[in-house]
Amino acid sequence: MARVVVDVMLKPEILDPQGQAVQRALPRLGFEGISDVRQGKRFELEVDGPVDEAALARIHDLAESFLANTVIEDFTVRVESEEAVAEAVK
Amino acid sequence: MTARIGVVTFPGSLDDRDTQRAIRVAGAEPVALWHKDKSLKQVDAVVLCGGFSYGDYLRAGAIARFSPVMDTVIEQAKAGLPVLGICNGFQILTEAHLLPGGMLGNDHLHFICRDQKLRVENADTAWTTDYTAGQEIHIPLKNMDGRYVADRYTLDELEAEGRVAFRYLDFNPNGSLNDIAGITNEAGNVVGLMPHPEHAVESLIGTGRTDGLPFFTSILKKLVNA
Repeated sequence: MARVVVDVMLKPEILDPQGQAVQRALPRLGFEGISDVRQGKRFELEVDGPVDEAALARIHDLAESFLANTVIEDFTVRVESEEAVAEAVK
Repeated sequence: MTARIGVVTFPGSLDDRDTQRAIRVAGAEPVALWHKDKSLKQVDAVVLCGGFSYGDYLRAGAIARFSPVMDTVIEQAKAGLPVLGICNGFQILTEAHLLPGGMLGNDHLHFICRDQKLRVENADTAWTTDYTAGQEIHIPLKNMDGRYVADRYTLDELEAEGRVAFRYLDFNPNGSLNDIAGITNEAGNVVGLMPHPEHAVESLIGTGRTDGLPFFTSILKKLVNA
């Protein structure tokens, strides 16, 4: 089983009030020195079969058309190594 | 003969009955449409109503946009079918790229429900001819994700082409860029806005005003005179 991770973030020029609310709470919690927080979404896709170029291309299309709205969001697609997946489920 | 106006019900739609009622009050015939049906039952126009289709999961309107009925709505809207998106319907229209830009959470992070003052900026669309440009109206607004955003180029284009159809007056309730409350496509057949005209069609209830009724009388006149 292979895992593909899609990260979706608001485009940098778009205001992220949720991230700002998190950032403003930090000093109260004793965390200093963090000047900005932006909040996004992470999708973990468990893929049946090999994650070859064709599979990645399909996932890229899926991310572009559905998981992200590219009018307001950017996304990245990456394959998580099997070792990292094994480590995570331990 | 009157016009038949479809109202789509998605899982999580809230205002489908109110919208049907507003259509009836205006003198047209409402036709219930179902998200799983590809058929639009040969209606003359379609309203995508308010609510929280699919729980607003992923993004508001993002999942509804891929429902079977939307395949047909998108195809026919591009061919000129009049489509009005109210609140969640507006969000669905931006997700479907029938209208430019996108909708995000209110900048103050709270749900908002109030009588909102608007200015009608464009009285030439299929849904606004019974208003006059510059007219000020009061219509209920109720949403979580009402912040209209678009890149600078798109905003400039909307402004230059007079495609900002409605603008918030006195108070921007959600952080929408340029105080935009509603927009139209280039052809003027597809209009989306966050406030709810269907809740302002009878003097007995709601705001006590009927400032939302002209949406439905505008489209009726257009269809009957066509």
